[in-house]
Amino acid sequence: MDSLSTGSLSGAQKEELMDQVKQQIAIANAQELLTKMSEKCFKKCINKPGTALDNSEQKCIAMCMDRYMDSWNLVSRTYSSRIQRERNNM
Amino acid sequence: MTDLSDFSAGKDSELQDFLLVEKQKAQFHAQIHEFNDFCWDKCVDKPGSKLDSRTETCLTNCVERFIDVSLLITNRFAQMLEKGGGMH
Repeated sequence: MDSLSTGSLSGAQKEELMDQVKQQIAIANAQELLTKMSEKCFKKCINKPGTALDNSEQKCIAMCMDRYMDSWNLVSRTYSSRIQRERNNM
Repeated sequence: MTDLSDFSAGKDSELQDFLLVEKQKAQFHAQIHEFNDFCWDKCVDKPGSKLDSRTETCLTNCVERFIDVSLLITNRFAQMLEKGGGMH
């Protein structure tokens, strides 16, 4: 952040900074999703942790991941249309 | 949240706009993660081969009602503050 306080950035530097910011945000987002998914799907699929993940557990995890994404997308659509509606009401 | 105007980026309107938009996007995403976190617990039983319509309805209702509740609480809280009561 120090470099930011030393005068103005060139166009290319600015471009690079913006890319970096976007990338960091995307990484943080993916990490959040991974953490949540692991936590939720572990809870749903692993009742008694054995010495290895068995076949049905692995299948359950795969299915759970897909459904978690479905759910995430549905929640996202619902939330954005609600924001849109609230905005129209203002 | 860091006050972005502390940096010289604050004087660069293009950067400022960019950061504002990215911040809003990040807040939007954080909110979805949170909604999905507790609505998943409320609505999804055993993950099947697809989300059934009952689960889908539950998820949309969960998001909508949570927003209703937070709006209701915000308004009521504002009223409480106006009356000068509630916080002693």
